[in-house]
Amino acid sequence: MKRLEENIFKVLMLLSTAIVISSLLLILGTVVVKGLPALSLDMITKAPGGGYYLGGGGGVLNAIVGSLLLASGASIVSVLLGIPVALYMNVYCRRTSKLASLVRMSLDPLCGVPSIVYGAFGFAIMLSLGVRASLLGGIIAVSLLIMPTMIRAIDEVIRLVPRELMEASYSVGANRFETVFKVVVRQTLPGIISAVLLGFGRGIGDAASVLFTTGFTDRISFSLLEPVATLPLAIFFQLGTPLPEVQQRAYASAFILTVIILVLSLSARFLVSRYGKHTVK
Amino acid sequence: MNGRKIKDQFGGNLMLVLTVLSGVLLVLMAVGLCVKSSSILSLKSPGALLFSGNWNPLKGEFGFFPFIIGTLWVVGVASVIAVPISMLTAIYLAEYADRRIKAVVIPFIDLLAGIPSVVYGVWGVLVIVPFVKNHIAPSFGTFSSGYCVLTAGIVLAVMIFPVIINVIIEVLNMVPREVREASLSLGATKWQTVRSVVLRRAMPGVIAANVLGVSRAFGETMAVLMVAGNVAMIPKSLLDPAYPLPALIANNYGEMLSIPLYDSALFFAALLLFVVVLFFNLLSRAVLARVEKGIR
Repeated sequence: MKRLEENIFKVLMLLSTAIVISSLLLILGTVVVKGLPALSLDMITKAPGGGYYLGGGGGVLNAIVGSLLLASGASIVSVLLGIPVALYMNVYCRRTSKLASLVRMSLDPLCGVPSIVYGAFGFAIMLSLGVRASLLGGIIAVSLLIMPTMIRAIDEVIRLVPRELMEASYSVGANRFETVFKVVVRQTLPGIISAVLLGFGRGIGDAASVLFTTGFTDRISFSLLEPVATLPLAIFFQLGTPLPEVQQRAYASAFILTVIILVLSLSARFLVSRYGKHTVK
Repeated sequence: MNGRKIKDQFGGNLMLVLTVLSGVLLVLMAVGLCVKSSSILSLKSPGALLFSGNWNPLKGEFGFFPFIIGTLWVVGVASVIAVPISMLTAIYLAEYADRRIKAVVIPFIDLLAGIPSVVYGVWGVLVIVPFVKNHIAPSFGTFSSGYCVLTAGIVLAVMIFPVIINVIIEVLNMVPREVREASLSLGATKWQTVRSVVLRRAMPGVIAANVLGVSRAFGETMAVLMVAGNVAMIPKSLLDPAYPLPALIANNYGEMLSIPLYDSALFFAALLLFVVVLFFNLLSRAVLARVEKGIR
């Protein structure tokens, strides 16, 4: 009897694990099988031409450029505003600091707030500032979206820095500010960069937060105050057309987006495993 | 010497300001969403908005009931699929799998978490929609376009696998080795140990992990928008289309500024999502923090 129950559950566990793994393989497989044949040089080197959504020539370079601009802008903002927070909570605050634990407590649920809500909130901010749908608006919304996760990820990395290391820095006469940037940041650089890469990946892949805030355009635009195209929305719009040729391009765009995300998340992982071991534990 | 001190002071204060700001972001968001939805809340009671089924923005009728029920259906289906599968997978990975398998499978699952929602949507449209349309609906003797509650539930379930699995593995790893060894040394089998000792001890944490995953499903937008069918009615079966709240917000951003009160109504929908997700998150995080303290 004991054995029977054990075996039943073992089979169920293996089956579940197989379902989880095969669904991931199925997703990647679908994107590759459908996307790769539809991919062409035009897709990644040209902006949409006339009648693109009716099957005309062109590609999604506008969306690739737009997404890269948007995610870079949002990552820069998040890094500039976020890293100081993570550093402050760990170096300036004491271990038992009320402020630090309060901030952590409010950031954790923010990581779970849906991106559509960030989109709506970002849109509300834009309305009150008088900004129209534009790259700037998108950067505001996406920075808010990725900042909480980024701060908490960097916070966890910095928490692991041994206290003794900071004390060694103080004992040779450095103050907290110098300790922060000359010791702590250097120690945790691989972890920080990997958190930033993951944030960048989230920013480039998110559609719901840019829907109201960034708008969409068929041109390649670099201006902060003009709408820009983004890859996820390009996929969404192309898939929404009734023409199979255009839908093919949605698959190709999904392939491009997935490759970008995979490269980012693999390099984040590689950074931590390769350079993480040089840090003092 | 003085310059160094100024830098330390100034830098410290600047960082303090940023830290406080990031701490109040949550409050700012709540206030912002409340302010934006205040103009509809001043005209209609929350009860009327939540429980009325009349949706006709042009006539100023904003009843969210069909959308709320649609959300609950889709999230419900996703939970029924994701909870058992994720729990079994997490238990296998934490308790049974050997180190080499873990080293491959866990990063692989993390990868699943990083795939953008719109790619899940494409997968849903290409694989799950035809599967439901051509295989599942005919086998029940009915017709379905494939864009329905069941499809959205399946896609959402796959999306929340990694959230639940990761948190459960973390919780199970907190249970001390000695507890397992004590049970094994009394003659219990591996499964008896897992079921009656490890899981029992970790149960609040495991439940919290599931709640966290389900709360993620509530707000998922793009993938659901692409596969749920988006018909504003209360679904009667799994094969009927649904129109969940996030999809409603995403679909109507274009026209919301041209119809009076429409934008306020959509902000109310966003506020609703925010409150629900926040509640689940705070609850499960509180439980997890307590588990972390108590289990050691």
